[in-house]
Amino acid sequence: MSASPTDARTAGRAASSALSQSRADGGRRRSQALWAVLLLAPALGLLAALFVYPLALSLHSAFTDVDGAADLGNFRRVFELYTGDIIYTGVVAVGAVIVTDVLAIAIAGYLTLGENPIAVAWLRWLYRWPLFIPFVVSGQMMRSFLAKNGLLNNAIVATGLVDRADTFGLLDWRGVIITFVWKQLPFVALIVAGAMASLDRSMIESARNLGARRLRILVEIVLPQVSGPLIVASVLTFVTLLSVLSVPVMINAGSPAMITVDMAYRITSLSDYGAANALGVISYLMTAAVGWLYLRHGVRNEGRQW
Amino acid sequence: MVRATAAWRWLPRGILLGLLAFAIFGPIANLALWAVAERWYWPHALPSQYGFEFWGRVFSERGHAWDSLGTSVIIAIFTVAVSLVISSIAGYALARLYVPLRGVMMLAFLLPQAFPNLPIYINIARVFYWIGLNGTILGVVLVHSLHGLVLSVWIAAAAFASVDRSLEEAARNMGASPVRTFFTVSLPLAAPGIMAAAVFVFLDSLDEFTGTYFVGVPDVITMPLLMFNASMGGNYQIAAITALILLIPSIGFMLVIERFLRADVIAGIGS
Repeated sequence: MSASPTDARTAGRAASSALSQSRADGGRRRSQALWAVLLLAPALGLLAALFVYPLALSLHSAFTDVDGAADLGNFRRVFELYTGDIIYTGVVAVGAVIVTDVLAIAIAGYLTLGENPIAVAWLRWLYRWPLFIPFVVSGQMMRSFLAKNGLLNNAIVATGLVDRADTFGLLDWRGVIITFVWKQLPFVALIVAGAMASLDRSMIESARNLGARRLRILVEIVLPQVSGPLIVASVLTFVTLLSVLSVPVMINAGSPAMITVDMAYRITSLSDYGAANALGVISYLMTAAVGWLYLRHGVRNEGRQW
Repeated sequence: MVRATAAWRWLPRGILLGLLAFAIFGPIANLALWAVAERWYWPHALPSQYGFEFWGRVFSERGHAWDSLGTSVIIAIFTVAVSLVISSIAGYALARLYVPLRGVMMLAFLLPQAFPNLPIYINIARVFYWIGLNGTILGVVLVHSLHGLVLSVWIAAAAFASVDRSLEEAARNMGASPVRTFFTVSLPLAAPGIMAAAVFVFLDSLDEFTGTYFVGVPDVITMPLLMFNASMGGNYQIAAITALILLIPSIGFMLVIERFLRADVIAGIGS
């Protein structure tokens, strides 16, 4: 390695052209493929053992009865017991994604189009604090913040607008949505702001010169160009919300509950794997429906890279 | 007059930024208050007695905070080791060798992100129960490694792909074996990217809750589980103190990588 870097590089180039000639040699390609498979084997093995097999097991267990015969009894039972919870889960998750998206667009839009550098700097500093805070910690924070005696109610009472006797806790579906939005907003805003920062600014400037208002520029010019990243972030958020157990348990464990809570209850209290896995399959289908929206969007914007 | 209008123009901005600041820091402040509250009953707006009595209790022999912290850190270190070793060799293969169906392979490593992971964890726990891995550190490390792998394979592949190929070929020309070339040229040059992946995986493992909840029972109690148990037991002070400890790495990490989180840098990742 003591030879000068330029020498090494020239030698490397010569070697690489010699290599590309011998690439035509099928034997070499085959041996490379063999090595590649060997090197990938541990990673693929872990993926197979800890993802593919459990996934197959969950599907198998959902569609069979206790004796292993094909049967839809689990789904019948689940729909009997949990139809309300399934709808509630969909509404809460979709609602949280919509609120997150609207706020993320507002934040990213102001970061992109804001004219006051001090306000933009403050907003940039402010919005991303919850980014890496775990859900379980967010749940505990909101559990105290949104309670009847939490800082939120105390602050409202301190403004004098509401009497202490009229305060109420938000530890129900609203609390779950608020916690989800609080936790996911920085992530979605970061992705959307990144996409907006990479846009060609000439269109924005010319619209501005023609006298268009900023809100109109945001909705009609900026937003259509960042819809791809926005939808990717929304789908990822939706999948994440359908996987979170801690927040719904801590904020609102009563009825109706998120199906993550129902799955955990079926396992830890009843060892009822059939019903839990049937609920699991329903959660796959919910994400599949949302993923389908994304794919349809991808087809419409075929060829456009985000 | 000019100053008065400037102040007026700041009013809506100021109110909105103030509300956002309250929404973001309010919950954190509430948590911090609970951590130093010795007595706090409704309808008192603030704790009626402050103190650090509960801190002593959390870190005492019976509080189990040190045990949980140790368990969490050990699990995170092993998770980083397992997922980084596996993803580095996989990433090298994906970046440098002829891989049949490369696109499919790359996508396969993203697949776990596309499924809600709670039902997957339930079934991993079931399999681990059959083979005696439930409630063991190894079991929890394996579950965390799956998620760590998803995060790190792509980062490792990108890190190896960015290494100048001619440097590796020069080493080979001077007689170094492929293995020696990997350890003396490719790996050191890809190290910054792999280190970034390691930090991500470490933090992710430290904060993981759902997988540990199902696979770790009843013996493996990590910090998030200790916090959750305290909270569900109605012990807000202890939950708040453990939550504050969990906040330190999360917020520290956010501040350290702040310069990478600028919008224009994020925009560059996609291209």
